[in-house]
Parts: sequence; structure tokens; C-alpha cells
Amino acid sequence: MNDIKTQFDITEIIEQRKNLSFITIAKEHAISLITYLRDYKGFSHLVLLTAVDWLEDNKFQLTYLLNNPDIKTDIGVRVKISRDDATMQTAHQLWEQVATYQRELKEMFGIDFPGSPDVDKPFILEGWEDKPPYRRDFDTKQYSEDTYFPRPGRESNDPAEYMKKKLYPDEK
Amino acid sequence: MKEDFKKRTVISPEGKPIEIDPLKDYFSDAKPKVYKPGNPVIEKFANWARANSLWVLGFGTGCGAIEMRPLMTPRFDAYRYGIQWRPTPRQASVFVVSGYLSVKTLKRVVRTYEQMQNPKFVIALGSCTINGGMYWDSYNTINRLDQYMPVDVYIAGCMPRPESLLAGFEKLKTIIKEGRGEGANTYAEKFDWYKANQKKIIKDWDMPDYNW
Repeated sequence: MNDIKTQFDITEIIEQRKNLSFITIAKEHAISLITYLRDYKGFSHLVLLTAVDWLEDNKFQLTYLLNNPDIKTDIGVRVKISRDDATMQTAHQLWEQVATYQRELKEMFGIDFPGSPDVDKPFILEGWEDKPPYRRDFDTKQYSEDTYFPRPGRESNDPAEYMKKKLYPDEK
Repeated sequence: MKEDFKKRTVISPEGKPIEIDPLKDYFSDAKPKVYKPGNPVIEKFANWARANSLWVLGFGTGCGAIEMRPLMTPRFDAYRYGIQWRPTPRQASVFVVSGYLSVKTLKRVVRTYEQMQNPKFVIALGSCTINGGMYWDSYNTINRLDQYMPVDVYIAGCMPRPESLLAGFEKLKTIIKEGRGEGANTYAEKFDWYKANQKKIIKDWDMPDYNW
């Protein structure tokens, strides 16, 4: 861990457990850090690549979770990218399967990975025209009501409120 | 449009180049027709016969597909009611839409439904097909099946047990015997309305309007 600190410009390191830690790093250095971890530190297995939408900070957070099978340790490399210009360097040259994750992120979050194979092809959704559905400012309920002919007369209850009223009608 | 559906020139086995327009050459674009019932006596007999040999298409869309397996195996044994499963829409008369439908699945369901022979019946299984069920506010699952194809019997529940499915089949039998199982004709009569609804949500429409 110490030589990573000296070699890379790291924003933050969180050691969550003995065998799991998260490194936050700037967008430009992320791929070189991942390459370094893979080639010199034995983190040869990519567990997942996922994104979190921090709408309030106007950021997307990408997490590359890497695993070292020899010492049974995971490292998550976190990258924050701007929501307005959601572009990240591709990492498909390191692991082929990254291209699939990147296709999914492109479709669901609208994060672009220029150069990644087939990144513009539809992944799960066919012919989606609206805003990427996993973005938090996409209103899925509104979209469903506008699109899918909701059946009139359907009622929804908050389960906790409803059961409280039913089981304990006297309590406030 | 997908590559497969674009016009292209291929070399025939005789070595001549021929032009293929898949949407025109591989499918018929004729609209469905309404078939009027003929002699009422014969029709009544035919309906009785149809009701007692229901051929179900083995097509599972959502979690309801799980309920069909105990139904067709000895535990609940639907075969004793004259209900059998078929692997292809060409041989089936009942389409059990088992659970939630995403837009992607709906496209396949529409194609499959149109490929079935008349007379055909639809059983919609589970709350998801009635009003969206627990996926009612999802961006990708439809809320009401009857906007896209005529439904004969709804079975409510999440998920309904095989017993209620059997009750639904019995209900369908009475409907057919009374001559009310006219889903295929309804589809032909209101074809434009159904198509407009389907095309509203299936954005990449890359098939002919009626594929049978």
C-alpha cells in the first residue's frame, strides 16, 4: 500500500477491512493505477465495474473492484467523474469483459467509454430513446405512468402505515 | 433497423445474384381476418371439442413460468383435464402469459401470439399482467396486457398457485363452450388500435405489422 501512495497521486484511502480497501484517485491516473495493481501487485481478477450516481455532487463514481487471489484481498479503485461530461477512459485492454460492463454503463447511466468495442450497441434495452434509466433524475414512476397505460383505480399504501392502522387502530 | 432485415443481394445456389428484402420475402404482410361462426350446431360442437383439448404454448415470460412446471408434472397433473404443452406456437391454442412483461419480452409475445392459429385464447397470469403488480412503476415493464392483445381469463395473485391456474383453465373452458372465446376475432377487428398501442412502446419495430 505504501508504494502505491508514493507512486500515485491518491486522494483518499479507506481500509474497510483487513482484506478490503478503497482507493480514490483522479480520473487521469485511474487506468494506470489499475494496470499497476494488475501487473505488479497480483490483482489479476476484476470482480466488477459499477457506477453510483451522486446527483447532489453532480458526479458519477465508478468503482473498479479488483481481487488478488493469492493473498485473498480486494481493492476498489474509485473514480469520480463529472455528470455533465460523463466520459471515462476505456479499460477493455486490461480485461476483455470490461467491455461488457462498459456497454451496460453506457446504456444505463450514459457514461461514455470511447474506444470500447460495441459500446454504442443496445445492451439490454431495445430502442431506448429517453434519458438513461439508472440516472437518479430519471423519474421512473412518471415515465411508467406516461407510457404504459396505468390501470385506473389502483391504490398504493405505505406498508408500515397501513399495517399500523390495521393492527393498532387506537395508537396514534 | 437491424442488419438482418435490410435489403441485400445474395448468391443463390445456382450461382446467380438475387435480391432479398427480408421483411417482404420472409413474412406475409396481410392483415388478420375476422372469421364469422358458421352453422351454430356445428360451432357448438366445435367449441365443445376445442374446450376439451387445450394446447398450451410453453412460453415463460416472468416468474409465473415456475408455476407451470408443477402443473404439468404428476403433482397437479393438468393433463387429466385435457391440457397439454406444445413447444411451438403453430401447434398451440392457449397462450399463458406468465407474469411480468418487459418491453423486450412483449415484442416476442406479440410475434408469438400472431403466429398461433385461430381460434386462440390468452390466459394472463399474475398481478403483473393486470395492473403491473409490484413492477407498476418500473421503466421497462408494461402495466396492462389487455392494451396489447385480447385476454380471455385473468388469474390474480402474486404468484397464483397451480390450483388457481387449474381453476382458470376451467373458467376458460366454460368461456369457450359458451362461444365467448373470440379473442382472435377481437384482435382482427381492433387490429389498428392494438398495433398503435404496441408501436407506442416498442420503439425499434423491426418486424412486419402482422407476422403469422
